[in-house]
Amino acid sequence: MLAGCNWYPTYGASRGSTAQGSDTFKLYSGMMTAGIVVGGIVAALIIWSVFRYRRRSEEIPHQFHENLAIEAVYTLVPILIVLAIFAFTVITENKVMATQPATATVTSTGTPVVDITVTAFQWGWRFDYPNLNVDVTGELTNGPDNHGPQMVVPVGQTVQITLVSADVIHGFYVRDFNFSRYAQPGVVNVFDLNVLHQGTYDGQCTQYCGLYHSQMLFSVRAVTPSDFRAWAASEVAAGHTIPRPSPIGAQGTAPAGTHITPSNALPSTSTATAKAAA
Amino acid sequence: MTTTADRPEVLAPEAPGGPGHHAPEGDHAHEIHEHHGPTGILKWLTSTDHKVIGQSYMITALVVFFISGFMALLIRTQLMSPNGSLLSPQVYNELFTMHGSVMLYLFAGPFAFGGLANYIVPLQIGAPDMAFPRLNALSYWLFLGGSITMLSGFFVSGGAASFAWVAYAPLSNATNSPGAGADLWLMSLGLTGFSAIFTAVNLIATIFYLRAPGMTMFRMPIFTWNMLVTGILILIAFPVLFSAVVMLFCDRHFGTHIFTVQGGGVPVLWQHLFWFFGHPEVYILALPYFGVVTEIIPVFSRKPLFGYRGMVVATMSIAALSTGVWAHHMFTTGVVLLPFFSLLSLLIAVPTGIKFFNWIGTMWRGQIAFRVPMLFSVGFLFAFLMGGVTGVLLASPPVDFQTHDTYFVVAHFHQVLIGTTVFAGFAGFYYWYPKMYGRMLRESLGKLHFWLLFIGFWLAFIPQYLLGLDGMPRRIVNYPQSPSWQTLNIVSTVGAYIIGFSFLFFFINLFVSWQKPVRAGANPWDGHALEWFTSSPPPHHNYTHLPLIRSERPTWDYNHPEHRTIVHAPRGSGAGRDRELEGANR
Repeated sequence: MLAGCNWYPTYGASRGSTAQGSDTFKLYSGMMTAGIVVGGIVAALIIWSVFRYRRRSEEIPHQFHENLAIEAVYTLVPILIVLAIFAFTVITENKVMATQPATATVTSTGTPVVDITVTAFQWGWRFDYPNLNVDVTGELTNGPDNHGPQMVVPVGQTVQITLVSADVIHGFYVRDFNFSRYAQPGVVNVFDLNVLHQGTYDGQCTQYCGLYHSQMLFSVRAVTPSDFRAWAASEVAAGHTIPRPSPIGAQGTAPAGTHITPSNALPSTSTATAKAAA
Repeated sequence: MTTTADRPEVLAPEAPGGPGHHAPEGDHAHEIHEHHGPTGILKWLTSTDHKVIGQSYMITALVVFFISGFMALLIRTQLMSPNGSLLSPQVYNELFTMHGSVMLYLFAGPFAFGGLANYIVPLQIGAPDMAFPRLNALSYWLFLGGSITMLSGFFVSGGAASFAWVAYAPLSNATNSPGAGADLWLMSLGLTGFSAIFTAVNLIATIFYLRAPGMTMFRMPIFTWNMLVTGILILIAFPVLFSAVVMLFCDRHFGTHIFTVQGGGVPVLWQHLFWFFGHPEVYILALPYFGVVTEIIPVFSRKPLFGYRGMVVATMSIAALSTGVWAHHMFTTGVVLLPFFSLLSLLIAVPTGIKFFNWIGTMWRGQIAFRVPMLFSVGFLFAFLMGGVTGVLLASPPVDFQTHDTYFVVAHFHQVLIGTTVFAGFAGFYYWYPKMYGRMLRESLGKLHFWLLFIGFWLAFIPQYLLGLDGMPRRIVNYPQSPSWQTLNIVSTVGAYIIGFSFLFFFINLFVSWQKPVRAGANPWDGHALEWFTSSPPPHHNYTHLPLIRSERPTWDYNHPEHRTIVHAPRGSGAGRDRELEGANR
């Protein structure tokens, strides 16, 4: 998938390590190119005017003040450009926002859907895998060695994130996924990630959330599905299971997931639970 | 400027306060028209003269601008290393909150609509004062009180507000942000909000009712047009902000739960209310400065504005669209209709583009003199072009997901806001300073100020785009160890210092102008609009006589009768009488 778009210039951004992020990247790259072309033309016109029409004499120039044809052109052309950008935006947006329905099964999607409930709190993250009974919680740890908790995901499978907040608004953001979403009290946000490549990706809270906002780090490690299953089993063996006492009190109780992996039967009480939690 | 008998003039309208004393001749009119008012501090305390109030506004706004700029330098110094220890997290959070709040609530708006517009709009339309001079004074005192209230947060226990300039609920509630600093911040918004509303009422009434004979709506200078539209936007936006502030105050102190989930409230409502104010606010800040450069570019190009009517329509379109784009600040909340807000936000690029092409069309085949106001205006064009193009990217929700709350956004809005409020704002200051004080500022010092500012500006903000694209979030006191982030941050900080340093030459310029005045005369720039017809500074009620107003640049028409603006006289505007007068003059 990525191989096809390697010629897109990055302009400093990530090419996107998820299917969604890769789509966003292509839109970004295209818009950036359009912006450089249009901005470049306008800048060139300004520079030309500024140098060409410097005052060389005290002669008063011709006092023209309108040209309806030209004005119509530079009204209509930008409208067309904007509509084109809007069309590409909507196409990409629909891909990025698409989520597997709660009724999705292995048969319908081809792969299991891994549910992860991400709870943001002041100042840390909690990753619950309700179908696997795994809980990863990281609290604020000051200092240069703080990398926060790690969320482990399988590559090539749909990971459905249910994002909630235990207190104030936080921002779930992974630079290489080209994606961010608020974790908000009173709102349950659901989105899908399809990680394309194995690796470790740094994430951080982006929405200012109080005193230690800058310490709210986390990372995402993408592994093969078999390594993922092994990791989940070892976490359960280590006692990192969901029912353990929450380190942040009753506020942080995580809602249940929507998909039962790997069989993907539905039941969904996540919305109600999340509201109670918030 | 000389007053010659063969050019048509009419008497100035009378002041609302009583009959004026009209002098028949030009430059020494203000000496004949004596005004026995108090001077010095008593004048400042008691004046209802729009010129005195306008200057008070500008000086106050500039003082808080420099205070807030100093905060920015502290922030930038902190970010020179990943684990900088100059500021504690608490102090850092207070500083970026107050930096943003002071710049947006106390500097950018008040400098334009309280300062420049207050001084210039009555002059441009040939009015003796604002429509409600006492209300005008009240606006200023509310603004000054509000400014002191906000800044006094630094001196209370618990420190100043530290919930960022947007005060998102529930971070801004009593549990998460206890302390008087937050309350002072809210009260300040109430005070300055009403100051803005009163000024808007005053400007709108003045523009509608106090225009001089001949000054039809479509002969008003674009600066005045933009202030009219800004005034209307203020009346749309600020009451909503005030309501939101009152609601938040009730949540904090009276046990309501409007923005808290526990009591059945909705935190995201704050964002809706705030940005319903906040996005028109962006154009409340920008439109006056668009107006400033639209005054300056034609004067220094020696041409009429290209596409005057298009400019008016573009301004109105921007204002109309700006009331329907607030949720583009909320794309990542996941609870807004993305295509609607995306399309309206993208469409703002169209009228903005029209403005750009009109500015270019004005310079085209002109005779451009690069005096200091023009240099700052061209600087604005480049800064705002960059801010505008990146703004189009941010209007696309997927790209917004990618860059939201990163330094990319920080770089974008600093380029827009510094482009408008600083480049265009100081363009206006250099342009109208001779009118306000009757003396010139030095060209060489002004150019030094401009070039340092221009270089510092790009050095400070281009690295921030790259930082944002590389994943650096905004509002963080420390950042993960990363050599490339540190290098970019250091470059940005150096740029910020250069920006700060450039203002040294501004102060030297003011000092030199104070110590060794060079008289400006009524019309040092060969200006177009009406304000250049009266003396510098203008007499107490502005005009003792007026030229015939038959286009948007009456002073130019008066001084260059052979190159006067082609007039398409609207029906019933007294064009027949004009022709008689013009015939008599030939």
